[in-house]
Amino acid sequence: MNDWVIETKDLTKKYGTFTAVDALNLSVKHGEVFGLLGPNGAGKTTTILMLLGLTEPTSGEVRVLGLDPSRQPLSVKSHVGYMPDLVGFYDELTAEENLIYTAKLNGLDRRDAYKRIDEVLERVGLQDVADHNVGTFSRGMKQRLGVADMLLKRPQMIIMDEPTQGLDPEGAREFLQLIRTLKEEGITILLSSHLLFQVQAVCDRVGLFHRGKMVLEGTVPELGRRVLGRAYRIHIEAEGDQNAIRSALQKVPGAVQVELADGRLYRIEAEHDLRPAAAEAVMNAGGKLLRLDVETQNLDEIYAHYFKEVEHGN
Amino acid sequence: MAIEIAQATGKREREGSPWTGLWAVVAKEMADHLTSARMRVLEILIVLTAAGTIYGAMQNIRSTIGQDRFLFLKLFTTAQEPLPAFVGFMGLLVPLIAIALVFDTINGEFSRRTLSRILAQPIYRDALLLGKFLGALFTLALVFTAIWLLIMGLGLWGLGVPPSSEEVARSFLFLLVTIFYGGIWLALAMTFSIIFRQPATAALASLAVWLFFMVFWDIIAGVLAQTLMPIRFGFSEEYLKQAQLELGLTRLSPTTLYAEAILALLQPSIRSLGFILPTQLQGAILGSPLPLSQSLLLIWPHLTGLLAATLLLFALGYTLFQRQEIRA
Ligand SMILES: Nc1ncnc2c1ncn2[C@@H]1O[C@H](COP(=O)(O)OP(=O)(O)O)[C@@H](O)[C@H]1O
Ligand SMILES: [Mg+2]
Repeated sequence: MNDWVIETKDLTKKYGTFTAVDALNLSVKHGEVFGLLGPNGAGKTTTILMLLGLTEPTSGEVRVLGLDPSRQPLSVKSHVGYMPDLVGFYDELTAEENLIYTAKLNGLDRRDAYKRIDEVLERVGLQDVADHNVGTFSRGMKQRLGVADMLLKRPQMIIMDEPTQGLDPEGAREFLQLIRTLKEEGITILLSSHLLFQVQAVCDRVGLFHRGKMVLEGTVPELGRRVLGRAYRIHIEAEGDQNAIRSALQKVPGAVQVELADGRLYRIEAEHDLRPAAAEAVMNAGGKLLRLDVETQNLDEIYAHYFKEVEHGN
Repeated sequence: MAIEIAQATGKREREGSPWTGLWAVVAKEMADHLTSARMRVLEILIVLTAAGTIYGAMQNIRSTIGQDRFLFLKLFTTAQEPLPAFVGFMGLLVPLIAIALVFDTINGEFSRRTLSRILAQPIYRDALLLGKFLGALFTLALVFTAIWLLIMGLGLWGLGVPPSSEEVARSFLFLLVTIFYGGIWLALAMTFSIIFRQPATAALASLAVWLFFMVFWDIIAGVLAQTLMPIRFGFSEEYLKQAQLELGLTRLSPTTLYAEAILALLQPSIRSLGFILPTQLQGAILGSPLPLSQSLLLIWPHLTGLLAATLLLFALGYTLFQRQEIRA
């Protein structure tokens, strides 16, 4: 196979007359973090279940690591880690005992299992509570145990459904940091979330879902360019001749629009991050640069804007 | 191998064995059952039952030591008012224990949100379901065997004579049939745990079936027989036909099958299983005792019936479980 880890072709899932996933064409590259994003009920979980062979597609094709999940589910499931949303464990067992069960289901022998369990618990920072009952764990700890549970089989790819659900903002941030370190190890990651803004920072590429269709796909700046006509918004605070600064900024290549917001605040909508060029332009126009910020793209905004346009188009 | 071929000829070819991971599930389930508080309670219940009924039986049969060839077997079947015999209790207790073990086995995994995580491991649903069934069955087997050994020990100590080899064989077969009888109720309660998302609902449904067969089925069978084969002229064939129909109907109940089977095993003097009220463990037709092979022949249809019912229920649960969408 090529370096596509996931490929689907016109993948469709119907429940009766209701189409939960509609002719989905999804490709995920080796080593990337892909975000399946969209509001609740958009079809993210259904897509994931089909990728793992846990539910049968109505039509269309799926390839995961070059395998067909409904014909070769055992091979797929021994190379792909899956963490369902609000992942659960056996409360009356310890973290270690829970992982032993997973290890046995994966056919690991005893010695290997214990070695790996120590490894993965340390990896997610739960080594000190290995012999505590999972019933005493917080949501965040369970979520991290879920990651350990996936890593046990040394997966080539992991799929996480709403991994930050139920976490407080601090917990979510820590969790996303954990995801970044996994990516550095070369594991391909597919994650879903309805909190677009929260996870956009860890995703190399995202696919935005709406009513079973993937309506937009690409990197966040790409989507910004496509939908909002800009990828970056740059805020400048500068003293000096307003008209001169403004026209200088407008001439910077890549600047789409320049607005003067307040006495000395300028806002540039740009196709790329043109902070160095903007700073130079301000100085050349005789201005004094006080502040220079770039605002990251906001997926929520992209999503909302896209649907406003779609509705207007109709 | 046979399974693989069967699948290859089926609609879709599946990779690997459907039983991959089976023993991991069995071991986990057994460990869970044997350490659970629920099991503790059941063990106490059954030990008390055994101790009480065996003590009662011993009081009753001490006087006949030396006269009866099958003294040991009497330990199981002799009642001492107000307690019923041990076998009478087992007919009641075995279903309850089986139901208590598995009524929440699948829906519990749903509510704990562990099911999709487990099914994302490289196993089929087949292995999970069969593993849960076998785990519970082996647990039953373990507990019943322990109780059986306890009773044999008590008998040896209380009666002062060792059991004959035929008595050991017959009581061991009684143990086996009891375990199989548990299997039916396991399959039933497990199926309900697949159908109902609430464990309490599954438990109630299982108990309703149990109560139905315990109490109502014999009554219904009688009424049905009278309606379908009414006595019009008072000929003896009419009575015979009616009684045969009623017996046939009562035998649709696993409780009846079990009661008749263990009656034939534990009372070698029983030469026929026709027209004995199945719940009556006494008052069977007496005569010279049957050899073990003949008793076995007598209950063979009962055993196959019990096994067939178990397989059917399990197949039903299996089909339902395969179709269920796992989203938790
Ligand atoms: N078993 C089912 N029967 C009917 N509809 C379903 C079933 N499962 C999911 N759906 C519907 O499919 C849609 C997509 O669900 P899902 O994939 O869970 O969305 P998401 O994960 O994006 O929130 C929802 O509208 C949901 O109501
Ligand atoms: Mg979902």
